[in-house]
Amino acid sequence: MSSAATIVSLPDQATARLPKRSYLNNEQGLLSWLLTGDHKRIAILYLISITFFFFIGGAFAGLIRLELLTPQPDLVAADTYNKFFTMHGIIMVFLFLVPSVPATIGNFLIPIMVGAKDLAFPKINLLSWYLYVVGGILILAALVLGGVDTGWTFTTPLSTHYLNTHVITAAMAIFVAGFSSIFTGLNFIVTIHRMRCPGMTWFRLPLFVWSNYAASLLMVLGTPVLAITLTLVLLERVFSIGVFDPTKGGDPLLFQHLFWFYSHPAVYIMILPGMGVISETISTFSRKRVFGYTAVAFSSVAIALFGFFVWAHHMFIMGISNYSALVFSLLTMLVAVPSAIKVFNWAFTMQKGSITFETPMLYSFGFLGLFTIGGLTGVFLASLGMDIHLTETYFIVAHFHFVMVGGMLMAFLAGIHFWWPKMTGRMYPESLSKLAAVTTFIGFILTFMPQFILGYLGMPRRYHAYPPEYQVLNVLSTAGATVLGVGYMLPLLYLGWSLKYGAIAGNNPWQATGLEWQIQSPPLTENFIETPIMDHEAYDYEWLEHKTKNEVTTVG
Amino acid sequence: MAETATYHHTEAEDPSNVTNPEHTSHHIVTPGQYTLVFVTLLILTAVTAAVAFVDLKWANPVIAVFIACLKATIVGLFFMHAKYQSRLIKLTICSGLFMFLSLIVMTLSDYISRSWGLW
Amino acid sequence: MDNSVATTHSHTHETAVPVEHAHISLPQHRHHFETVEQQREAGSFGMWLFLLTEIMFFGGMFFSYLLYRNWYYDAFAVASNQLSIPLGTANTMILITSGFFMALAVWSAEVRKRKMLVWTLVLTVIFGIAFLCIKGDEWHIEWVHHHIPGAHYDIAEFVNPAAFGIHEQPLPPDMAQRTQIFFFLYFALTGMHALHMIIGVCLLFWLIWRARRGDFSAGYVAPVENFGLYWHFVDIIWLFLFPILYLINRHPLH
Repeated sequence: MSSAATIVSLPDQATARLPKRSYLNNEQGLLSWLLTGDHKRIAILYLISITFFFFIGGAFAGLIRLELLTPQPDLVAADTYNKFFTMHGIIMVFLFLVPSVPATIGNFLIPIMVGAKDLAFPKINLLSWYLYVVGGILILAALVLGGVDTGWTFTTPLSTHYLNTHVITAAMAIFVAGFSSIFTGLNFIVTIHRMRCPGMTWFRLPLFVWSNYAASLLMVLGTPVLAITLTLVLLERVFSIGVFDPTKGGDPLLFQHLFWFYSHPAVYIMILPGMGVISETISTFSRKRVFGYTAVAFSSVAIALFGFFVWAHHMFIMGISNYSALVFSLLTMLVAVPSAIKVFNWAFTMQKGSITFETPMLYSFGFLGLFTIGGLTGVFLASLGMDIHLTETYFIVAHFHFVMVGGMLMAFLAGIHFWWPKMTGRMYPESLSKLAAVTTFIGFILTFMPQFILGYLGMPRRYHAYPPEYQVLNVLSTAGATVLGVGYMLPLLYLGWSLKYGAIAGNNPWQATGLEWQIQSPPLTENFIETPIMDHEAYDYEWLEHKTKNEVTTVG
Repeated sequence: MAETATYHHTEAEDPSNVTNPEHTSHHIVTPGQYTLVFVTLLILTAVTAAVAFVDLKWANPVIAVFIACLKATIVGLFFMHAKYQSRLIKLTICSGLFMFLSLIVMTLSDYISRSWGLW
Repeated sequence: MDNSVATTHSHTHETAVPVEHAHISLPQHRHHFETVEQQREAGSFGMWLFLLTEIMFFGGMFFSYLLYRNWYYDAFAVASNQLSIPLGTANTMILITSGFFMALAVWSAEVRKRKMLVWTLVLTVIFGIAFLCIKGDEWHIEWVHHHIPGAHYDIAEFVNPAAFGIHEQPLPPDMAQRTQIFFFLYFALTGMHALHMIIGVCLLFWLIWRARRGDFSAGYVAPVENFGLYWHFVDIIWLFLFPILYLINRHPLH
């Protein structure tokens, strides 16, 4: 039953049952999960692990904001505060954002979206998860042993020569987690190139697949440079040669070049899969094919490509040459263009569509606004003159939280809500989820909008004390963080609740296009009973209507 | 035994030919060709070592790296069969080299423009 | 090992010419691949992608080397001249020979000659281990001469080479200190390379064991083929390491 206010179409709850056989109950026992090759089970394993680390990283965020309630450094010592923001950054970037959409939603859906039975290398997929877990355990070890206080950027020679915290443990953790990312990307690339079902040409793929493909290219080509950089830092710490120490003839900028060569593409690894989710949700909840499919597809690849050539914009004030700064500034302006193209295309997708406001769409609207603001402030920072004033201030902090939290995290939540019925067979409670989405949005704005102003006024980042005139804005920011925390706790609660008490979803509660919505919820282990043959374009709502008109839907 | 229609697809159904990549050639390189490549590599190694003892100033490292690139190309094309692989593999190799060169060249551009030569 | 042919049938190409094509069915066929050929192609593609990550991994160290060699050329030249050309050249030739036998091993698997496969793999690992032994010997020489970076590093023979019987120009003390950076990068680069060789040697032992059982002489060549790619790549890394580390400035100084 669908009305004008919602497109949700659930089977009759009185008679609906979950399917008798699915990937969840195909095999029983803990070992069947821990030794699985099924991409869907691995996705669930990842989902549980990254949620765990998200809340740890979030706890550190709470502690940071707590300290910053007052101008005086009264909650913790300076070194401890450094550990807070370092652990927050490392956990959120490497253990949450980088694997968030690819390893959970991507792992689950990419084989289904291309029409395959599994990823190309299921064992490597499982290895990828174990590497993630080992990386996570090492970070927890670093935490328990006393923490790291270098900042997530490990700037030398501070991290190599002047600190005696657990840099080695943390660097090893990130090294291992990096390989987790590399193997996921490698798996995706091979699957998308070589395992598409008959008829599934590149331009019939859902845009979610294109985005993950672009992100996978970055994962495979960029992450190894991080690995070698961390290795050099480790060796430097152990042998103290001077590769990065100016007093011994080394160059700290060499570290930064190598570090940011990965870490800039890393932000595109984080955002591109989120953009893929948004393409899916905006199309579904506007009942309209994505405007300019080809442009969006090529933009994803363009972002990946250009994203490799802009890294020194993190180093404008660090001592690179003026010539170099000019070149990187120009390239950074260019990389904004494909992102803008995508935003325009999503907007035009909505134009003249029949828009409904289910929770994934609310998160998508949040994404559109907040990512645009975050992206535009990135252009401010790309401009050399502005950057000299704004860099290392709260403006930067606000900028990257707008794109990563207001952008990526919202997209992740949109994706989780959108595909929750497919992954679990159950719907979440809609009114509570809408409340959570709105709470998150309000909390986010309250937390991070004041930080733009703080940064512009000159408050430096990574300081636990500040002049008293900044207190009002800081208090607003901390209040917002509390609201934001509530907004993130709610999904944990109601999604967990829905596993047992949620409405039965059926195959296609959103009446969406895409191969994943043509199979049962939750899917069979082998995904498809027989190999699908793709004979229509992506986002073909006319095909879907024609199909459902002649269909009898039974569940169970 | 009847073959199901699962993987045997017509051009119309599977224009990307993902399920029958065996249509790319399975060229087998002969031991004779391998031996030729092997001897070439040994000769080039000897040349590299010998040239290093001749003073050609700036040309020394250039020649050394050039010969190394030549050897690497030969190993890649013949020992690793890159010459006989699909376009996808060739594209993959080229993109890897491109990325490596980008890392070197773009980072180098910063150093050349501010501090090149003896420190 | 049984190697049954599932069926022969004809199908059309773009040229609309019917072709007889035998599709192989192997026990190692994984269920999520439609055909064994798709599996082989995917495996090969995956290995090439992994090698791409290795290129980028070594790339960072290559750049560091490039930078410091330019900045501290004198130190790097003198330090490089302490390495042994005969050992380095011999090692290069040994590794190339190892690669040659690996290529022959892949050929043996493709033409299903089990004994030759085993022998070529054995020769590959013998030459690989020979390389590692010589490398270990070279490292030992550096240890003896106090060239290991860290607490025991000694710049005396760079500041006053004549006293040690070394035919080099003396370096000023601060430049002599920079030789440590050369040796740091030398050990980092050759060490990382040696680590990859050791992993390769272990994998080779496993492959030899499986080859003797006949796993790879019945049509299933992917592991040998893909390992070959890895082994040749490690060889290529060495082909670059040799000239840049050993041959900086070997012509007689005037």
